[in-house]
Amino acid sequence: MVPGVTHEELAISVSGLRKSYADNVAVAGVDLAVPRGEVFALLGPNGAGKTTTVEILEGFRTRDSGTVSVLGTDPAKADRDWRRRVGIVLQGTGEFDELKVHEVVRHFARFYPNPADPDEVIERVGLGEKANSRTHTLSGGQKRRLDVALGIVNQPEVLFLDEPTTGFDPAARREFWELIRALSHTGTTILLTTHYLDEAEALADRVGVIARGSMIAVSTPAELGGRHLATATVSWREDGGTRVEETDRPTEVVQRLAASFGGEVPELTVTRPTLEDVYLKMIGENGQVAA
Amino acid sequence: MSAQSIEESTARPVARRAGGGGGLSLALAQGGIEFKQFVRTRESLVFTLLFPVMLMLIFGSIFGSVVITPPGEIPAVTLSQYFVTGMIASGIMATGFQNLAITIPIERDRGVLKRYRGTPMPKWVFFAGKILCVAALAFISVVMLLAVAVAFYDLRLPDTGQKWFTFGWVSVLGLIACTLCGIAFSGVAKTGRAGPAVVTPIALILQFTSGVFFEYDDLPPWMQQFAALFPLKWMCQGLRSVFLPESFASQEVAGSYELGKVALVLAAWCVGGLVLCLVGFRWTSKREG
Repeated sequence: MVPGVTHEELAISVSGLRKSYADNVAVAGVDLAVPRGEVFALLGPNGAGKTTTVEILEGFRTRDSGTVSVLGTDPAKADRDWRRRVGIVLQGTGEFDELKVHEVVRHFARFYPNPADPDEVIERVGLGEKANSRTHTLSGGQKRRLDVALGIVNQPEVLFLDEPTTGFDPAARREFWELIRALSHTGTTILLTTHYLDEAEALADRVGVIARGSMIAVSTPAELGGRHLATATVSWREDGGTRVEETDRPTEVVQRLAASFGGEVPELTVTRPTLEDVYLKMIGENGQVAA
Repeated sequence: MSAQSIEESTARPVARRAGGGGGLSLALAQGGIEFKQFVRTRESLVFTLLFPVMLMLIFGSIFGSVVITPPGEIPAVTLSQYFVTGMIASGIMATGFQNLAITIPIERDRGVLKRYRGTPMPKWVFFAGKILCVAALAFISVVMLLAVAVAFYDLRLPDTGQKWFTFGWVSVLGLIACTLCGIAFSGVAKTGRAGPAVVTPIALILQFTSGVFFEYDDLPPWMQQFAALFPLKWMCQGLRSVFLPESFASQEVAGSYELGKVALVLAAWCVGGLVLCLVGFRWTSKREG
């Protein structure tokens, strides 16, 4: 549980979630609590149980045991009223072949009592110029934007995004992040899965690392794995070589260096472990081989 | 999140109904979008709608005006006229059975069905949309086949209200049976790619044994008995009663067009197809991701 957050303020709460397929344990006891308005990223290698977990939360899969609540309802008993309040962007891109972008968005808007204006949604996801194009002519990134348009056309309270930017080029990903940030600013709770660490770092209020079906850490991106407390590495150039010093008090080291150089320290860097360093160490400890 | 917005979201009326004019208008919209998608896809247009017309033209040219009634009998019936009734039945089967049994697995593979399941759209609306789309396509198909048959093969349109009525119920019952079987059969193909390979032979075998490509009464009895288990044979027979003369009934295996039996068998397939749909339909591929 998130400290100081009451049950009613949780958009998503999961405890002891388990799911096996035949001989394969996909989810082995996951706990998760996401307060309303938060952006939560599920990180983990392929096959770690991310998609299974999310699809249980979306009401697409049954679970073996554990309790799950999304917007106060068990998704296994999802009714139409619940579906109206939830937005889903599945893994993989939807195919609408010969239909035009605006036709698809308009059609999906019909399923909801208070949809957003379809044209406005198309604008918001950056497909304004493509509104009249057949969907099979869109690029991969544009198709994904259409997926998001369909996920938000109902103005959901909770939005699930399963690996939303897989296959994007870096510029398209940055643009996509802006879109997600804008959604978050309107108060939408967002649960996204990703295996891009920079994506989690850029978007998420908190991240959970899932490996072998278990949640092995939950934290803010900055503090994951005690990263903010980890030893810093100060490096600089001196006497024709690179000097490195590991320290818990980097500021002191830098001050000392500045004094001794009498100003600018050549090639000075101060680094702490990156999210990637911490993450790889974490999933490595769990015996999971990162792809 | 602020306390105010939490209040707003919990205060949302729970019992608000679907947008627009309710389920029926949703079903119409769903049918419309299915139809749009179909007619914009060249492959489906060609294979589902034009193929029966092409077959009719090819077989019609080959058989020409071979007379199949005993010499001297009036009115005479040509093999092409006989063949036309079978092609109309096949056109109905193509739009209902083949079309759905092939396209639904593709849509399932592509996650289109799953995406619909993630919305509050009632399940029946999806099926209603398919059925409306299929009904429109079958209507177009039958009109095209009739136009070609009347223009080239001396087919006479029904001249009594009674015959139009028979034409109507045989087509509608046949279409419902084929559509439901098509939806149910969509669960058989594990992947979209497997669809045509599984469905096409079944359609062909039924056409060969049900009196579409050959005269039914000339077929070996075991083949007749096999075909009599399935709807296509009865659709053909019902349509022969509409488009061929009363006197031709004597050439039928039973010596009559057996319209009561036609209705019974087709209705049974409608019920059976519905049961198979409820049992066999799958929204998602077995194990994915």
